[in-house]
Amino acid sequence: MISGTQADSGTSLRTWAPPPFISNAGTRWALYLGALVYLVLAIGSVEVNWARMVLGLERGWAFVEGFLYPDFSSRWGDIAQGFQESLTMTVTSTALGVFLSIPVAVGASRNLAPTWIYLVCRAFIATSRTLNEIIVAIFLVAMFGFGPFAGFLTLTFATIGFMAKLMAEDIEEIQASQLEALRATGAGYLQVLDFAVLSQVMPRLLGLSLYRLDINFRESAVIGIVGAGGIGATLNTAMDRYEFDSAAAILWVIIVIVMFAEYSSGRLRKYIQ
Amino acid sequence: MSNSLKAVAWRKRSSKSELAVFMVWVLLLAFVSWTFQVMTQDTIWSFVTDAPAQFNDIGSRMIPPAWSSVHELWWPLWETINIATLGTLLGLLMAVPIAFLAASNTTPSATFIRPVALFLIVASRSINSLIWALLLVAILGPGVLAGILAIALRSIGFIGKLLYEAIEEIDADQVEAIEATGASRAQTMTWGVVPQVAPTLAGISVFRWDINIRESTVLGLVGAGGIGVKLEGALATLAWPKVTMLLILVLVTVVFSEWISARVRKALI
Repeated sequence: MISGTQADSGTSLRTWAPPPFISNAGTRWALYLGALVYLVLAIGSVEVNWARMVLGLERGWAFVEGFLYPDFSSRWGDIAQGFQESLTMTVTSTALGVFLSIPVAVGASRNLAPTWIYLVCRAFIATSRTLNEIIVAIFLVAMFGFGPFAGFLTLTFATIGFMAKLMAEDIEEIQASQLEALRATGAGYLQVLDFAVLSQVMPRLLGLSLYRLDINFRESAVIGIVGAGGIGATLNTAMDRYEFDSAAAILWVIIVIVMFAEYSSGRLRKYIQ
Repeated sequence: MSNSLKAVAWRKRSSKSELAVFMVWVLLLAFVSWTFQVMTQDTIWSFVTDAPAQFNDIGSRMIPPAWSSVHELWWPLWETINIATLGTLLGLLMAVPIAFLAASNTTPSATFIRPVALFLIVASRSINSLIWALLLVAILGPGVLAGILAIALRSIGFIGKLLYEAIEEIDADQVEAIEATGASRAQTMTWGVVPQVAPTLAGISVFRWDINIRESTVLGLVGAGGIGVKLEGALATLAWPKVTMLLILVLVTVVFSEWISARVRKALI
């Protein structure tokens, strides 16, 4: 006997094809056609300046060479200063951001906060997450002046939104029975938070903080492009001067630090959980 | 008996470990305040204390938004969407083979090829798309093409990492069953591995597309095309009402793409 589906769909016995992803043939072909039309229009609107690209080949090659033989020494002072700013910015913004995200996360949890606080906190989280770090950095640089302090504020703002959103999701999923048990003993609000909530979400809080530390370092390498301090500023300067070997040296250091951070934060998270 | 019971209040930890935890906190706090001092040694505090005045000043200049300038923004917006979409597709094309080379159960050689694939993934991930754009604009010249390639190069790492982890977690029984029928290596891939990871791959791609829309809005700041070029121009000429208009458009686009991505991912699961 052949299985029912094969006989029903009328395919021949020897070849079998998996059922298509979208069962309605009309919708399927309309989607394919739409995608094709879009691709033709989109690729057609890309302007390519071939003459400029031929000129650029030489620079591309200079960059590849720079990547193979990076020049750490001639701009070492600037590079060290940039990394010092990036690393300190990463640590301080993660610490402050995580600290401030805890009240926001509690406020954004439906099971712990009254509705109006819930809405205010959720609105704050949404703002922090939709605004790109670069755009926030542009405004904070305009307000607080150039340098790592503006970068520190940018990363702190982004950290609060990120941590509070993920922590609130976690807090909303804690066991309600523990909350109830604590409340039944007559515990105050802060005691309930400490013994019923914090003890349940602590491993995730630590894990996410380490993850965010990692992200903040990566971001700190970018916001310097708009003047918010850190290694991005050094990189931007190196690119403006067409010093590809110094730029490559900076990229190498970034890659190594990110690899190290990812590896060690992965190890630490495994150890905590 | 009743006396000793009354005296002992329950605590989470013993006194010794309580002290250890306390010391860890003190050290952490000391470390953070030290890094803060190092960071702010060159900060000009008069600029910082001046911030509220600056905030009011910029805020008053930004309102009302220059609604009429929206007509010149449709083309840059179309470019931005193209940068994100074409960049995601191109990134996908490069990420899928790399992911298969990086997954321990599908890689042809665990000692030679796998480390190279893993390095490509890490290198792509650690460099932000804005930095890729900075490099590509210097090489290819300003324009949409540099933006597309920057998005693609950054997406390789993201898609590659999530996909190779998904490949490593597939059900080995299904692969074995296909192999037992005498299928070739390519056939095992097509019928044993690919169907198991296809939904994950679709979900990852849509997720990355959503992130890419967000990132492609600022690529223009370094000259890589799209709406960011207009933003750079408006900021450079201090045309604050135009900046507001651009930010509104960016926010609407980002929220819309997030909504689409959430709908599609829900449909996939």
